[in-house]
Amino acid sequence: MRAFAALYEELDTTQSTNLKVAAMSRYFREAPPADAAWATYILSGRRLKRFIGPALLKRWLIDEAALPEWLIDEAYASVGDLAETIALLTAGTAHSEATADDLPLADWIEDRLLPLRDADDDIQRQSITGWWRQLPYRQCFLLNKLLTGELRVGVSQLLVTRALAEVTGIERTELAGRLMGEWQPGALFWQGLHAAESPRTDPAVPYPFFLASPLEGEPSQLGDREAWQAEWKWDGIRGQLIRRAGECHLWSRGEERITERFPEIVDAAARLPDGIVLDGEVVAWKDGSIQPFALLQQRIGRKKLTAAILATVPVQFLAYDLLELEGQDLRAAPLRERRAHLEKLLADASPLLQISPLVIGSTWDELAGARADSRQRNVEGLMLKALDSSYGTGRQRGAWWKWKIEPHSFDAVMIYAQPGQGRRSNLYTDYTFGVWREQELVPVAKAYSGLSNPEVEQLDRWIRAHTLEKFGPVRSVEPSQVFELAYEGIAASARHKSGIALRFPRILRWRADKPASEADTLANLQAMLMQAPDEVRRSS
Amino acid sequence: MPPPLVTVTENGLYCPAGGFHIDPWRPVDTAVITHAHGDHLRHGSTRYFVAEPGVAIARHRLGTDHHPMPLKYGEQLQLGSTTISLHPAGHILGSAQLRIEHEGQVWVVSGDYKRQPDPTCAPFEPLACDVFISEATFALPVYQWQPTVEVVEEIFHWWRANRERGLASVLFCYALGKAQRVLAELRAFTDETVYLHGAVNVLTEVYRQQGVEMVPTLPVTGERKTDYKGALIIAPPSAAGSPWMRRFGDHSSGFCSGWMRVRGNRRRRGYDRGFVLSDHVDWPGLIETFKATGARRILLTHGYSDALARYLNELGISASALETAYGDEEQQ
Repeated sequence: MRAFAALYEELDTTQSTNLKVAAMSRYFREAPPADAAWATYILSGRRLKRFIGPALLKRWLIDEAALPEWLIDEAYASVGDLAETIALLTAGTAHSEATADDLPLADWIEDRLLPLRDADDDIQRQSITGWWRQLPYRQCFLLNKLLTGELRVGVSQLLVTRALAEVTGIERTELAGRLMGEWQPGALFWQGLHAAESPRTDPAVPYPFFLASPLEGEPSQLGDREAWQAEWKWDGIRGQLIRRAGECHLWSRGEERITERFPEIVDAAARLPDGIVLDGEVVAWKDGSIQPFALLQQRIGRKKLTAAILATVPVQFLAYDLLELEGQDLRAAPLRERRAHLEKLLADASPLLQISPLVIGSTWDELAGARADSRQRNVEGLMLKALDSSYGTGRQRGAWWKWKIEPHSFDAVMIYAQPGQGRRSNLYTDYTFGVWREQELVPVAKAYSGLSNPEVEQLDRWIRAHTLEKFGPVRSVEPSQVFELAYEGIAASARHKSGIALRFPRILRWRADKPASEADTLANLQAMLMQAPDEVRRSS
Repeated sequence: MPPPLVTVTENGLYCPAGGFHIDPWRPVDTAVITHAHGDHLRHGSTRYFVAEPGVAIARHRLGTDHHPMPLKYGEQLQLGSTTISLHPAGHILGSAQLRIEHEGQVWVVSGDYKRQPDPTCAPFEPLACDVFISEATFALPVYQWQPTVEVVEEIFHWWRANRERGLASVLFCYALGKAQRVLAELRAFTDETVYLHGAVNVLTEVYRQQGVEMVPTLPVTGERKTDYKGALIIAPPSAAGSPWMRRFGDHSSGFCSGWMRVRGNRRRRGYDRGFVLSDHVDWPGLIETFKATGARRILLTHGYSDALARYLNELGISASALETAYGDEEQQ
């Protein structure tokens, strides 16, 4: 586990993507096959379910460190991460990374961690606290991350496949495919990754999604309008609909199987010929038009789909690409060809399977005009796709662009701040904002992102110097700083004091030029809510 | 109970019986200085007392028209009705603790200090006292320093690995103290020349004149085209991201600070590597020091004063926090 802990540390701190790829390649070359397979599993974003809850780990830590609970809490608040706090307090400095005993990563997981699930409390405690005492810091941290089920590594799937391609000599797209679906990490899987031919055995396995990059600036930089296809950017759930071997499967972009959540779409797909894979968007659809994401969200949240919810939130699949036809992988074909096949295929399909229409406009200016209507249409803007592009893997820039509209925004006053998690653990980075109702500021949004690092640090100093009161980690601050906040959606909510819930609020800019008295009022926000569609106003 | 020997005034820590200030943050008549970092040694006072090994640095910082008065470590001086003396604090060259004796009472002001050995300065000496005023920059139990040699070895390996990849290594260190400590510790691994940013270079020259042994150094100059591929460069953190950095081309960046012990800080600062090397006392060092002084009361400045005071009170050691205007050079 030492080598993997060192790799984790390197990936965690290094800024250069080339160095990240080099570090992974080096690890894959040197590690035993089973370790390399587990590392691939972890690096590609898969997670082992949590072994032990944080409350229990904290209780053991209090005893191990022989420190009062409040001081552990103080340390935790300052570090921002329990796994790391434990490692810092227990691993001590006695064991150096180089000299401590080492056990392969696969053995750690298979022989030590997995059996823990069935062990009784005493054994769990003895094993884990024993490891804490014995492991040097980096490995202790990694172990705790595995125990709490929170091990995430800051590399994209694209970088992982780049490193794997260097090591195996297999093409990246092919590798990305081999990493899809469900698989068991082990030496066998690792050998399979190297195999020249890999027969696709599981018909449920999706293709890796091709992702668009945000378009900054004007689309004229893309060249001729004729070389591009324009579609609406739907506000739904990106999905891959698979019709193979007499079965239907629906996968979300997060590689989650969502087949059971949308039975009507799956039923409609069952009427398609076999050997088809569609890429598209699941959207809430009523009376011939798309509904706000807030409505779809009500359905995602339900454990059980009742007839009532199926009726309140009808859905549709808007297909925009065809990845497989008659069992043949079409991804290398140009988009104009795939689109032609798609149009033919869906010509007589169920109304629940619609083709995502092209947006008409013979010049970039005309498209810009269409994009200006996005808000009325409940879409997020336009998608621009190169007509002669193949269907790539991950976020490869150049062929697919999302040209989103400017978000809604309003001005609010910062009223509370608290420290962030992880890399922002000893900075005040989580802010609560309020708008005016008479003489009072009512909290309407929490936002974490949108400021530059220097701004965050400047604001942190300001917060420390202008704290009114402390409640645990939260500070109330002098209500004088105004921020322009953006959001994607607005809905009525009985759970919020303001009566309003904002979707994806974030900071657009710090309005140092504005006095707090000029921030927006709750009445302004309520007016924005009234402009939103009926379903949302009544929802939640 | 006798009146306090040291109080906090708007000008800084003040000793009424001695009529002097300690590291004042505004100009005063008499200033006794624990060390030459900017937040402890400020311009404008009439008279300065500093520990003798720190005179050259203090003059460099204050300008040559100032003549800080040197006190040998342990040498006693009457100020007002007090007897004062300066004793090694192990923080940087010439850093001192201030011992104040008055009518049978002894107070010690630690200034900034550390308990790890440091080849560039005399080691911290615990002093028996009634009241100990201590810094608390890193006063949380997560801050425990690993042996210095291990950290310097990490720095050395990082430099070598970068060289193999054809990269320059730019190590950001506070220009006074940390940089020279790294240069001195590197002697155990190499006698290769290290390149220095101008701000680091002048202070390194002052150290060298005081007889501190370090690896050979050269200033980074704009004149001739030096190829920095594979070289180690030491620069102050303020140089990060500045146009000055362009001359190094592809490089890996590292940062030396006690704050690098926490992952969130390592990631947020955006350096490729963080090295946990501090000139401040760590958590075990604080507790050990308090016991060694035998002080019946501990007063705390900087950092996590509140948490440490509460912990000490729970252990039965009377402690409280003092509000001061001292900063933290390791944050910079």
